[in-house]
Amino acid sequence: MDIGKELVLEMYRKMHRIRNFEQKIKDLTTAGEIPGFAHVSIGEEATAVGVCSALRPTDRITSTHRGHGHLIAKGGDVARMMAEIYGKRTGYCKGKGGSMHIADFSLGILGANGIVGGGIPIATGSALAAKLAKTGEVTACFFGDGAANEGTFHESLNLASIWKLPVIYICENNGFGEFTPTAAVTSVKDIAVRAKGYDIPGYVVDGNDVFEVYRHTSEAAARARAGEGPTLLECKTYRWEGHVVGEGAFISGKYRTEEEVARWKARCPIIALEKAVLESGMLKRDELDRVAQQAREEVEAAVQFARQSPLPEPSEANEDLWI
Amino acid sequence: MEEMERDPSTFIMGEDVALSAFGSTRGLIERFGAERVRDTPISEAGFVGAAVGAAMAGMRPICEIEIAPFIYCAFDQIVNQAAKLRYMSGGQARLPITFRTLYGAAGGAAAQHSETVYPHLLPVPGLKIVAPSGPADMKGLLKSAIRDDNPVVVFEHAALGRSREEVPDGDVLVPIGKASVKRAGKDVTVVAIGAMVPRAIAVANRLAADGIEAEVVDPRTLAPLDEQTLLTSLGKTNRMVIVDEAHLHGSAASEIAATMVEKGFDLLDAPIRRVAALDVPIPFSRPLEAAVLPDERRIEEAIRAVIG
Ligand SMILES: Cc1ncc(C[n+]2csc(CCOP(=O)(O)OP(=O)(O)O)c2C)c(N)n1
Repeated sequence: MDIGKELVLEMYRKMHRIRNFEQKIKDLTTAGEIPGFAHVSIGEEATAVGVCSALRPTDRITSTHRGHGHLIAKGGDVARMMAEIYGKRTGYCKGKGGSMHIADFSLGILGANGIVGGGIPIATGSALAAKLAKTGEVTACFFGDGAANEGTFHESLNLASIWKLPVIYICENNGFGEFTPTAAVTSVKDIAVRAKGYDIPGYVVDGNDVFEVYRHTSEAAARARAGEGPTLLECKTYRWEGHVVGEGAFISGKYRTEEEVARWKARCPIIALEKAVLESGMLKRDELDRVAQQAREEVEAAVQFARQSPLPEPSEANEDLWI
Repeated sequence: MEEMERDPSTFIMGEDVALSAFGSTRGLIERFGAERVRDTPISEAGFVGAAVGAAMAGMRPICEIEIAPFIYCAFDQIVNQAAKLRYMSGGQARLPITFRTLYGAAGGAAAQHSETVYPHLLPVPGLKIVAPSGPADMKGLLKSAIRDDNPVVVFEHAALGRSREEVPDGDVLVPIGKASVKRAGKDVTVVAIGAMVPRAIAVANRLAADGIEAEVVDPRTLAPLDEQTLLTSLGKTNRMVIVDEAHLHGSAASEIAATMVEKGFDLLDAPIRRVAALDVPIPFSRPLEAAVLPDERRIEEAIRAVIG
């Protein structure tokens, strides 16, 4: 394997951090402690971590309504994320954004987005800035299969292609847009083939294999830095949980079978990583367990931090609009 | 051009900016090249969003939307993204973007190319909106817009491209948020926006022969509105007419009238009158278009009505 032990441990740590964070969000939302909508990404951790592990700290990402995993993978602080989701003043956006709008500009996280497809032109413009200022930075743009049917996706791929922008479009195909199967509303079996229409490279990637995602992203980033333009990666994955926490209370039927969910759970990206590194002898069980335990503790601490943090004062509603 | 020389992080993009289809970017491509004077595909949501992203990544984009009603194709990127992301990120995002667009009726372009679009953006917190009434203010406000660290939408009236006046050389800025008294008078305040300013001045000059002295005030910036200058003028004349090319319903004139009534009720000797476009899409045929838009006759009638 061309990926060193340190990096593998870091990937494992981040995947666990995401898994624990999302599980907490689900539990606390269900318990009524967290307000608002929560879209969790359990089962999709390998895509977020594989992509961000191949980026530099100065590279940028844009994210989506299902963004917690992307942000953690890019280095987001789970305590400040949790506080934001609780609507606390100590959160990343001082309680003004919430789950769907967390940003950390110091880490190159240009923000999650509540508008499906809304981040795609923004990532494209971020890449245009890198090209104009010749910084060598790459922008990775996460979006779902549903967003690939928005006009912004098509307009952005065309722009990035004609201007040869250093951007990587990462379509996380988790099989559904809300409760509609992707196949029922999408003209192509593989969204990656849409790259052809814009004369850019497009690949179907196993989104549950963190190493495969990492390799594809590294290659795409190298092409981008060499001035060769954008790449579309379609990472096939699956969301284990509902579209939104608590959806059972308002949808009037089933949109997928228990067997289908079980089949994908059997392909857990975290267990897949464990198997690969234990079999190759790169890491030992206790090394992995220690990291997993630390990730659990970090998320516990994040919840405590969020609980103990103050809510914003009403007068703060008038702050942060203008520079 | 001066601003693009001053700040290398500025660049301009939009449809046909290189050839300057509407004259506003003439000479830029020769000076700055295709990197910084960037022709886009016909993808308003795409390139407006790219301006948002480029600004967030440290650039200072000037983004041209050829004709104002095309903004509707990019509404999400302007309203949900550009206007909100600084606030929603708790003050992290910097969005120094200038959106520039041609609005208004200039004769026979029909409703999809003639609309006065700014009322749709006025209620959006996080956007500054300017609508200059002539070349000198245009230059000064455009400079201020480009240097502003917030998103500013500059509405240039399609008919004003043909207007001519002395424009000061060099670095003369017109501040955003400051109205201008274009003609002094004591009997009535006529607030006029954009291309309605020269029209209101023409009426005022004619009425002077009848002994009516109208003060013509150009807000220049619609958001944030310079309420103080308007109230000061109202305090002097105690009467007000507001002339706006937008459709009457929900117009900038309506918002200004509401503010004046709320904050200056005691100053008023007569009800405020609004002169605006009729509430139908701007029609194509000349006589129909003329009937819908505010003209000198309607402005004069309104002035005479409030003077009584
Ligand atoms: C413009 C817009 N339309 C609709 C929605 C409502 N909505 C929120 S998430 C979602 C599904 C998005 O599907 P996909 O892009 O595949 O992402 P996933 O939820 O599967 O991660 C929809 C329709 C929205 N937020 N924005």
